[in-house]
Amino acid sequence: MEDTSQKTFIVEIANLSKSYRRGSQIIPVLQDITFDITEGEFLALMGPSGSGKSTLLNLIAGIDKADTGTIRVGGVSITTLSEAELAGWRAANVGFIFQFYNLMPVLTAYENVELPLLLTSLSRKERREHVELALNVVNLADRMDHFPSQLSGGQQQRVAIARAVVTDPAILVADEPTGDLDRVSAEEILQLMDRLVHEFGKTIIMVTHDARAAGKAHVIKHLEKGVLTG
Amino acid sequence: MLIKLIIRNAFRHKLRSILTVIGVAIAILAFGLLRTLVGLWYLGVEQSSATRLVTRNAISLVFSLPISYKDRIRQVPGVKQISWGNWFGGIYIDEKHFFPNFAVEPRSYLELYPEFVLPPDQKDAFIHDRKGAVAGRKLVAKNGWKVGDLITLRGTIFPGQWEFILRGIYRGAQKSTDETQFFFHWDYLNETMRKTVPRRADQVGFYMIGVTNPDLAAEVSTAIDKTFKNSLAETLTETERAFQMGFVSMTEAIMIAIQIVSYVVIVIIMVVAANTMAMTARERIAEYATMKTLGFGARHIAVTIFGESVVIAVIGGVVGILLTFPAAHWIETELSQFFPVFSVSPVTIYLDLLAAFTVGFIAAIFPTWRGATIRIADGLRRIG
Repeated sequence: MEDTSQKTFIVEIANLSKSYRRGSQIIPVLQDITFDITEGEFLALMGPSGSGKSTLLNLIAGIDKADTGTIRVGGVSITTLSEAELAGWRAANVGFIFQFYNLMPVLTAYENVELPLLLTSLSRKERREHVELALNVVNLADRMDHFPSQLSGGQQQRVAIARAVVTDPAILVADEPTGDLDRVSAEEILQLMDRLVHEFGKTIIMVTHDARAAGKAHVIKHLEKGVLTG
Repeated sequence: MLIKLIIRNAFRHKLRSILTVIGVAIAILAFGLLRTLVGLWYLGVEQSSATRLVTRNAISLVFSLPISYKDRIRQVPGVKQISWGNWFGGIYIDEKHFFPNFAVEPRSYLELYPEFVLPPDQKDAFIHDRKGAVAGRKLVAKNGWKVGDLITLRGTIFPGQWEFILRGIYRGAQKSTDETQFFFHWDYLNETMRKTVPRRADQVGFYMIGVTNPDLAAEVSTAIDKTFKNSLAETLTETERAFQMGFVSMTEAIMIAIQIVSYVVIVIIMVVAANTMAMTARERIAEYATMKTLGFGARHIAVTIFGESVVIAVIGGVVGILLTFPAAHWIETELSQFFPVFSVSPVTIYLDLLAAFTVGFIAAIFPTWRGATIRIADGLRRIG
């Protein structure tokens, strides 16, 4: 029997449902999802296309609203927060890693990583320290003045990871982080994410199709037609 | 950082941005020149002296008044000075070389019009030579004349070949003074008329009257017209401003049309800029969604889009303003027969800047609304 007495749940999801309206049709995407994520856990969400895994990730990250059910992250019930409160909450608590990196093409690696810090009260000097530290973690300090177009896909994803961790958020959400990368770069990214969990104690929730990527996770959850199957 | 983002975004698609800047620049140039044209049309009215009255035939300007009226007008209380003249309408070489030319009583006319500044020796030479004439320095420069030259005009209202000796070149006391006019002795005209068409002799087209006090202008005007009531040639006396306004009002419909066109130009470029900004915003929806994901609010997105639009429009506006000055100079130089003065006023520059800013601001409203209100999840789906 699993001992849960020592575990701290950073994410608690209960009876979560979400549907989309397409014309007069209502399409259920997630149905009655309930599960918890332990602090410092690396969780992979798997499932076929349209199974609702990205929607679930968006709900946990506070960029979409559930129809019913509750999500508590770090003790905060994010399902009751307003749009503006959610924006502030995301800035402080969530780091995002996207499949296509989503870097600002006109900003350098340094400036991209600095972007989330503009919403904090840090001074320019403090921001520089944070950015340099984050770029050192992803081993890209020597490329800080490069624009995204001057970096490879793997390097761009590392910049995106530096941007995700620069505010020191409690959780990192990653939507297909290796989906646009070759095998070598994907492996590097997965190792980096593994390092973030083990060295820095981050909680990572990753959506992936890739069984190899999911193999790095501590826990794998499967979704099928909006329902957790395992 | 946001400013950096705005400026770099503004020139991300260089060709598109440059074409938009050129479009705005041309629109602002056209707007500025049209506004200047309209402003200059009313300049004669604005610059009219408050102490000068014009007396003409009550029926129409085409009809003349007897020269004998001058002594009776001079006796009207409040009249300080009087001069007289005729629109001559002479042609130099051909119609393309048009310039305004008047027969005037030189001494009194130059006293009434201190804005025409002549060197004392030239003024003296002009006054003492019955065939003498003076011309503005722009007119002189355009035709390559110099003092002492013989200038021949072909009369239209007063037929014949009329020869004048250029005795002086006047300059304007203000930048806006017309320096393309030509004046000669009314006596020369009148003496020739006596010999050739006696019935047209001793007639003047208008009297210019200086009053002792501008506040008395209305009373003096009434008194002059009352003096000639029920005479063969009744008079109409009005302030120089009203007299000028009479000419301007004949073409007011054209001026209103030009004003409307100037605003239409701005509206057209506003639509073009709005289309450009809408395309830009549509391409960047995923970036705005990413910014929102990171915690940036609608306000930040709005600043980014508005900033980009205003930067492009204002750069276009500044380029347009910088082009307005050489364009205005070219018009003043090459088309001086139509536009003797074509100087761009500070008000026009402010209007240009305001128009450019407005173009940028309004063009950004719809893209900003789209960028700021898009759902993050929808925006993120646009990538790849």
